Amino acid sequence: MSITAKNLDQNEYFFGHKACAGCGGSLAVRAALKVLGEHAVAVLPAGCMSAVGFNFPQLCFANNAIISMFAGTASMLTGVEAGLRRRGITDFQAVGFAGDGGTADIGIQALSGAIDRGDNILYICYDNEAYMNTGIQKSGLTPFGAKTTTTPAGSNIHGNLRPKKNLFEIVAAHDIPYAATATVGYLPDFLNKVEKAKSIKGPKFIHVIAPCPTGWGIPVSDTIEAAKEIADCGLWYLAEYENGRFTLNRDPKEFTSVEDYLRRQARFKHLTDDDIRVIIESRDQKWAHIRSNWNTKE
Amino acid sequence: MSKQYLSGDEAFAAGIRLARPEVVSAYPITPQTIVVERLSDMVEDGSLDAEFIHVESEHSALSCAIGASAAGVRTFTATSSQGLLYMAEGLVYASGGRFPIVMMNANRSTALPWNIYGDQRDSLALLDTGWIQAYAENAQEALDLALLSYYIAEHKTVSTPFMVNLDGFILTHTYEEVDVPEQSQADAFLPKYETENCFDFDKPKNMAFSAGPDTNYIFKFKEHAAMRRAIPVIQEAEAKFAEVFGRQYTGLIDTYKTEDADYILITLGTIAGLSREIADKLRAEGKKVGVLRIRYLRPFPTDEIAQAVRNAKAVAVLEKDISFGAAGTVFTNVTSALQTAGLNVPAYNFIGGLGGRNISHADIEEIFAKTEQGTQRVNFIGIEVEA
Repeated sequence: MSITAKNLDQNEYFFGHKACAGCGGSLAVRAALKVLGEHAVAVLPAGCMSAVGFNFPQLCFANNAIISMFAGTASMLTGVEAGLRRRGITDFQAVGFAGDGGTADIGIQALSGAIDRGDNILYICYDNEAYMNTGIQKSGLTPFGAKTTTTPAGSNIHGNLRPKKNLFEIVAAHDIPYAATATVGYLPDFLNKVEKAKSIKGPKFIHVIAPCPTGWGIPVSDTIEAAKEIADCGLWYLAEYENGRFTLNRDPKEFTSVEDYLRRQARFKHLTDDDIRVIIESRDQKWAHIRSNWNTKE
Repeated sequence: MSKQYLSGDEAFAAGIRLARPEVVSAYPITPQTIVVERLSDMVEDGSLDAEFIHVESEHSALSCAIGASAAGVRTFTATSSQGLLYMAEGLVYASGGRFPIVMMNANRSTALPWNIYGDQRDSLALLDTGWIQAYAENAQEALDLALLSYYIAEHKTVSTPFMVNLDGFILTHTYEEVDVPEQSQADAFLPKYETENCFDFDKPKNMAFSAGPDTNYIFKFKEHAAMRRAIPVIQEAEAKFAEVFGRQYTGLIDTYKTEDADYILITLGTIAGLSREIADKLRAEGKKVGVLRIRYLRPFPTDEIAQAVRNAKAVAVLEKDISFGAAGTVFTNVTSALQTAGLNVPAYNFIGGLGGRNISHADIEEIFAKTEQGTQRVNFIGIEVEA
């Protein structure tokens, strides 16, 4: 049975925290824990969610949870899973919630190691496209052109010069049992991917887009809209990797306007028409690759 | 109990097998490698029922051990030198979280220049990370510390991680006859690990949290107090150990002919053996000399050292370490202990053995001679430096 707003667990597992209004990351964590339930054991590295959720004595997880070292989400998940299994506990899910920097940059070695070992863990990367906790610095998942505090937009350089790291396919290249992309804009899709991941033994990975109004420069009421639009305009895609095959979950007949998506966000305000053309070309190349190589259904 | 001919690494691995850790996570580095190879063999042949986790780095080795400890099981890791430094973030994490992980560190020089041989700069550079630090002298003590370390680290009043240091190659790779206890003896000595410092599905826990300026230092104070509480627990553990295994250890320090000694050489690790040999030789020549081996650098034997050297005319501190721009770290700690006790005993520091350079009989005789004559505060064996 697929998960819908109607049958979603009404219990809360992540509340009373200090996340900013409109935070996409806290929504991803809160929603995923509703799927995983009280037997989830959450591992969160240094980053937004640990910074807002673990301030002694105000501890905000109703399930077991622990902060890991920044680079150590996956390796700690390995230890947690092994330790609980050795205690004879079987009814639990070790789940990591790490940001884009914690995953694609500093944590990628440990993530690769855990997938390689085949550990029975679920790793969720909530991607707000920069180091937001420290005040909006460029990460490996910051998209081309985005202004951050370490990729300022001036007359010489227009924000971030590098494209977003292809994390989903890097993870898939490990021949992982299950990997998926998602966005908090399409929450049922994300929740059902979490549900599916829960049933699969071995390493599982979900990369979910989670806008940060503060870092993106959008109103706090626009989180969901921006998280939908990024997929609608083709700068993100909803896909899965399973049994050695990529599947595109959603193949829009027509994309919405990339320019509208970008122009709505302060981090892209400086982009020139040429910059936007580059972004659109790169989107089209990506989709040409997806459509010719991946299984498409809908 | 069976007599076996084992290297220090092998003896330590044999001790770890007897301690029955549930999760072993380690990454290979010379001269620690043999420990993890032997533990892998034991898991393969079924003589050790543990999860052996092939982590992709030392950072992950400790991160994984912390995760397993938070899950409530006994854990082990081992490393050396650069690997220990790479783990450094995890050291403070494990101690701050009060996870009683046991680690073996093969004392090895730190780059640059690259060097795989033994000195103690790796562990001494990390003396302030909140780990109990013990230094073994021989393979038997190494094996015994594998068992003692869990008893002490996991004691409810301590709950602090424990680093057992073995001099690289000189101890890790040297074969000696070792008494290997029976599993039943080990089980009689070492209780099963039981803790409340772990996840609980009836009362879920949020662990390894943040604590702001108001409360942070209270946690740090508790960490310090727990480490000091390890001192009586070390005694308790050694008394029980003697009961079960018939070998009595001597707590934080091990003294040799210090009672009436005018000149005492203070050192740690394997070089203590040669130092005692030279002390005997000098005693035969009528010189009243003794040797004090520091077994535990943390918790530091402040009172024990002061008590042992209170009647000495001068002390020497021989160590394979240098804190650049100051003196050897062991020396600094020892002189602080003397000062704390109000003792006005001249103390001289002798730095040697860096990068595995040999410390000879003649070197140690010279240390005793210089200590008697008086010399500069910090001396480098084999290098003449201006005062």
